[in-house]
Order: sequence, then C-alpha cells, then structure tokens
Amino acid sequence: MGLFEDYHPLKGKTFQILKPDGTLQPDSKPPISDQEIFHLYQKMLFIRLADQRALILQRQGRMGTYAPIWGQEACQVGSAAVLQKGDWVFPAFRELGATLMMGIPLKTIFLYWMGNEEGSRASEDVNVLPVSIPVGTHPLHAVGLGWAARLKGDAIVTIAYFGDGATSKGDFHEAMNFAGVFKTPTIFFCQNNQYAISVPRSIQTASKTIAQKAMAYGFDGIQIDGNDLFAVLVATKEAVEKARSGGGPTLIEGVTFRFGPHTTADDPTKYRKDEEIEPWKPLDPMIRLRLYLKEKDLWSEEVEQRFTEEAQKDIDQVVKDAEAVPAPGVEEIFKYVYAEMTSSLKEQLAYLKTTL
Amino acid sequence: MAKLNMVEAINLALREEMERDNRVVVLGEDVGREGGVFRVTDGLQEKFGADRVIDTPLAESGIVGTALGMALYGLLPVAEIQFDGFLYPCLDQITNHIGRMRNRSRGRFICPLVIRVPYGGGIHAPEHHSESPEAILAHTPGIKVVTPSTPYEAKGLLLSSIRGHDPVLFLEPKRIYRAIREEVPEGDYTIPLGKARLVQEGKDVTIIAWGAMVREVLNAAEQLRGDKIEAEVIDLRTISPMDVEAIVTSIRKTGRGVIVHEAPKTCGLGAEIIALINEKALLSLQAPIERVTGFDIPVPLAKSEHYYLPNSKRIIMAIKKVISF
Repeated sequence: MGLFEDYHPLKGKTFQILKPDGTLQPDSKPPISDQEIFHLYQKMLFIRLADQRALILQRQGRMGTYAPIWGQEACQVGSAAVLQKGDWVFPAFRELGATLMMGIPLKTIFLYWMGNEEGSRASEDVNVLPVSIPVGTHPLHAVGLGWAARLKGDAIVTIAYFGDGATSKGDFHEAMNFAGVFKTPTIFFCQNNQYAISVPRSIQTASKTIAQKAMAYGFDGIQIDGNDLFAVLVATKEAVEKARSGGGPTLIEGVTFRFGPHTTADDPTKYRKDEEIEPWKPLDPMIRLRLYLKEKDLWSEEVEQRFTEEAQKDIDQVVKDAEAVPAPGVEEIFKYVYAEMTSSLKEQLAYLKTTL
Repeated sequence: MAKLNMVEAINLALREEMERDNRVVVLGEDVGREGGVFRVTDGLQEKFGADRVIDTPLAESGIVGTALGMALYGLLPVAEIQFDGFLYPCLDQITNHIGRMRNRSRGRFICPLVIRVPYGGGIHAPEHHSESPEAILAHTPGIKVVTPSTPYEAKGLLLSSIRGHDPVLFLEPKRIYRAIREEVPEGDYTIPLGKARLVQEGKDVTIIAWGAMVREVLNAAEQLRGDKIEAEVIDLRTISPMDVEAIVTSIRKTGRGVIVHEAPKTCGLGAEIIALINEKALLSLQAPIERVTGFDIPVPLAKSEHYYLPNSKRIIMAIKKVISF
C-alpha cells in the first residue's frame, strides 16, 4: 500500500516519522542522509533567526506589519526542499521559509515587508509568486498554472501554501474542485497552525481533519505532523512525484502551531491562553531535530552557537542592504500598471510631479 | 464578404485566432459541447478539441482565477462568464489579482487574458441577466474594459484584446448580438484599444455612447434630421482607458453633449465623462451636459424593463434640452 492509502484521512491517523523526543517511529527511517538533515536544520535555524529579526525590526519601526512563521519551519523547509527549479510556488503571506528556500533572497523578502514593491519582484529564474494577502484566493492560480503546464505537456508541479482559515473560503473549494476535475499537478499545502488570527481551528470547520476535504474532490489527502521535517519531506515528495507523473493533485495538512502572533498588529494573549501554548512547546520542530542530530554527533550547543553567530552577521548585512535600497521613484508606482502607460496615467503622474 | 451578426463575428474572431496562435484557449461554463448559451463558441470544441475549448465546473471565480494561472504560464485564455450578473463573484480575482499582478511583481509576472461577458438589458431575461457593470470595472486599475457596438467592431476589438499584453474585460452587448448584420471580413484586422470611433459627424451636439446604446443613439440622431439637428456620435469602444481626446475634440466643436448609458446614473461613467469635459473643455460648453441613463435601481424584470432602458425618445428629449438651453 502506498503512503496515501496507509494514511487515508478517514482512518484517523497522522503521519509522523520523527517523534518529538528525537527518535524514529518503529519501522521508519530518515528520508535523507544525516548530512542533508543537518543542512536542512541549518536552513530552518536561519529562517527562525530571520523571522525573529523581522519581528524586532517591526518593533523598532524599521519594518511594516509582518506575519511571523515561528513554529512552521518544518512545513516550509521540508516541502520546498523536494521541489525542483522549474516548479512554481504560490505563497500566502507567512512563507518566509518556503520562498527563501526557492531562491527569493532574504533582502527581497525584507524589502516587501518594509513597504517596497521591489520585494515582490522574483528574478527571472525563480518561479515564486508575490505574497498573496486575500486569504485563500491564490490556490486557484496554482491550479490554473499547473493546468496550463499539463496542456503544454510540461512535467512541472505547482504548490500553494495556505492556512486553516483559507479552507473556509469559496475560492479554496473552487480550486480543489478544478484541480480534481482536471487532474492538475498541484500540491495544496495547508499549514494548519490552529488559528486564523483569533479564530481557532474548531470554528473554521466541522470536519474532523482538513485533509479529509480532499476526499470530496476525488483526490488524495493526508494529515501529517507538520512539525516533523521527515514526515513533511516524505509526504510532499510523494505528492510531487505523483503530480509530476500525471497522477493529479494532493492536499497535505501539516498540523503545526503558530507560536507567534498572526501579524505584528495583533496581540495573541487576547484569544490564546498560555496553557494552550505549553503542550506545543515540546513539539517545536527544531527540538526534535536537535535531539536527533545530537545523537548522530552532528549537533551541539557550540555548533548551534557558532552557526547562530554567523547567521546573525549575515542577517545584519541583509538588513543593512535592504535599508540602503533607495525609496522607489514616483514613476515606479505608475509604470507597471499596464504594459504601456495610458495617457490618463501619464497625466496623473505629471500632475503628481508638480506637487512634489 | 459575408454579412455576420455579432455572435458570428466573435465566433469567427476566436476561430481564426485559435488557428493562428495555439496559445489561445477558451474556457467557461457550457462553452464546449453547447457552444455557449448564446452560441458564441459554437463549433470551436469540435474543431480545436476539449483541451483548448474547455467546459469548466460552474464556478465563476474559479474560471477567472485559473485563467490567471494559465496566463502566467504563457497561455492566452479567453474566459467566458455566462451573464453579467455572474461576474460579481469574480471581482475578488479581478481587482485583487488580475489587475495588480503586473504592478505588484514589477512586471515579472503578467496575466494577459480576456474575460468575455454578455452584458446589458433588453432581452427580457430573468433577474441578474441584464447588468451593466462597466463603471465598476473602469474603476479597477490594471485592466482594460472594451465593448463593441457592431459585428465588425466586435471582431477587430476582440483580436486586439487577445493580442494585447494587459487583461481585458470584453463586454458584449447581448441585446444586439443578433440585431445587426454587417460585412465582416475574414482574416486579420484589428481595431486598436483606447481609440473611440467617430460614428457620424455633426456640428450641433456630441452624443457619447457605447455597446448597445450606440444603435439607440443613431436611431435618435436619424429622427432629429427632420429638425435640422446634426448630431455627432462617438462610440467609445474602449471604456478603460478612455479616449478623452476624442471626447474633448468633439465637445470643443459642438459645445454641447449628451451621454447615454444603460448603467445606473449615480457614479456611472457619464459622471466621469462630464468631469473630464469640465477639466478640459469647460469654456467650450454652451449648455450643461445631459445624461440619459438607467436608474439607481435594480434592473427591472421583463414587464418593466422598458421603463429602465434609455430609448430614442429619452435621447431626443435630452438632445433638444441641450440645444435649446
């Protein structure tokens, strides 16, 4: 039996390989070499540090509203790690990890949150769409693009990231439905972080799992431990390979927890008690990897400290570079609206210039 | 040269463009087997197959949202929304994504696609089948809004819309889908977007209209010949971006203007056109501009629709009012 049959959502099982104590589930093995695991751990650590830095910058007034990913590193690093260069990524707004993994420079990500549209410009060889803020609207784009690729005969896959809140939106269901009907090579990656701002998962849907929603649309769904890097790697790889070979879409529900606020504009103590956070703390995706890697003599406090110091220096430089980028000129806000600037936009721009 | 109605002319344009460019795909509800509820896509699926003329699930936002994704990958989707009233679920995709993609990615990602929508009243249709949403769309940055007024115009404007690099809302005045027949050449010709058409010259008053209203205006203008009133008629063709130059040039000549549209009066395009005229040609005006429009009410059902729709009588009254001011 394949993974998706073994973990059929209606069987009520959650796929996990690496347990929170750093040991493996019986009859399991890590999906990649220990060196590769260490490499991905370092990516996750760098992402966590970059995320923390963004929070600090926001508190210092050097960055605008920011949506932190703290706690969701395994979901994003594990899923992006199995994608290939020609694949397409459709992020929501909490995907610093996945987009960084796919080749968007941290400086670009910071520029966006600092309020510069240049931060949404991916380089020509990076197929990562800009942040999508209207919740749940962008999976349709991933489906359409995958569908176009299928019509052209190209073996690429598309992945859309979204949260539990997005699964309540009509566009999410339309996307799932189109994907099922046209067998598009799409991975719907739901990071179920338990909260949509203040509204808990239990109020989003009466479904027992989010993964089981895939059943209604005629394709595979799986609930995985989203804080287990190994489970994320294995499930996403399986979904990607299936999609690439014409097997259609998959819905992956990564069960995780948002340790931080929804964005820097909100105060989670209003809706979330400390008692609720406590049980999640030992489930942190970093802790179990440290325990695993320590056992393999690849991790120690010194290794962590050395890496952290180096990463902080790199992030210092990124912040410096991002802050040194000059503010956009006034033409910039007009010139990309249409392929060619319309005469009324030219007129409005000329007027604006006379007022500056 | 064949005389075609607008349905046939649009069908011909799609057929020729799909032959010429294999990136063009048609998608929507009932566009394949059925050939569209108005038969605009009749025979296309037979000719080009179900992968290029795609019957989709019944989900308007899904149609345009996936069309956006297709366009990102280099296809040229022509999506059909079956009726104007069913366009509203797509406004999220249109305003939040389609109209902004080029701008927000600084030109890295573009989605040149066409959304065809049969629009407007006058066919005694059920509720939600007679809307004129052009002002909402014209208020949306990053998209172009086009509406043809004759079969010849429809083919040339549609070809330009498909070949352009911006997303286009292509509003088809369903009331005149079959009401006008004229010569429509086979083969390639395009009508540039953003340029109005001077339908007839006149010295006494400028009448500005688009879509199905152009025919009403011409009818009114004909009746006024007996009164020795020479009306200049402008068909906007492209509602966004608007050909302000053509409007202003004509108003400077005639000094008087009437704007005719089916959409509700308040915040309709007529208001915008008057504001533009005030900005650019106020001192040429001999009289306040008149608007002949729908009303600020839901479009009535069949028995009362005639109260709502501008007709030649109302247009003539408005013209006489501005002339005798």
